[in-house]
Amino acid sequence: MVLVLVGSVIGSVGAIFLKSGAHQVNRHWTSIAFNWRLALGVGTYLASSVLFVKGMSNGELSVLFPLVSLSYVCTLVWSRLFFHEAITKVKLTGVGLILAGIIFLSLGSR
Amino acid sequence: MLTPATPAPGVHVPDPAKRKLAIFIVLACTLLVAVGQYLIKLGANRLSHAGLVATMIGIFTIPQLFAGYCLYGVFTVLFVYALRHGELSILYPLIALGYVWVTITAVVAFHETMNPFKIVGLLVIISGVAVLGIGGGAGAE
Repeated sequence: MVLVLVGSVIGSVGAIFLKSGAHQVNRHWTSIAFNWRLALGVGTYLASSVLFVKGMSNGELSVLFPLVSLSYVCTLVWSRLFFHEAITKVKLTGVGLILAGIIFLSLGSR
Repeated sequence: MLTPATPAPGVHVPDPAKRKLAIFIVLACTLLVAVGQYLIKLGANRLSHAGLVATMIGIFTIPQLFAGYCLYGVFTVLFVYALRHGELSILYPLIALGYVWVTITAVVAFHETMNPFKIVGLLVIISGVAVLGIGGGAGAE
């Protein structure tokens, strides 16, 4: 369970690097090949996936699913901090509904 | 935290058509991820007592795990493209639509039972994704 929790936080951090790396990409191939932000983003994604595989092979999915979805909340905070994206009512409503839905889903999966 | 934020220096503000395209790409990507997740879960069952190194080797030697991660690779490329044209805080939560595909697959293909909790959960997730997708596409505050 701790593995999955750590994995979801790491995964949301990975998304930050993917986003900042995505803006460095241009027509020249070196902008992808030597893009350390993209590499770090993919790397952290891979690390979080390994943790998921480890965590999910032992734990119960109904408990683990809601933990994974915490990464959506983390992303709202990271996006505000690093990309100055406003935390709007639309985003809070959307992510709130998604979290609630995932909790219902996991209750139904017991 | 609720105050309107100005765009960061160096981060360009995308045009509305591309913002909508980005949202569409991510929504389509969730189908890929759903298939990938299913394959990874299949493969993970064969690794229940493996260590970290064995898990890494398993990603390349267990066909289901390998195929699952390849789909994740395709997803990552498309996701990075989408991120150029949209806000991370809109696009990232859209990935939750994958839960809907996974649940439908489980019920249709593997005869898992559907129950009221699951139905409510699916509808609430879909409405959350719709709020983000429509609101984000319109650029609404």
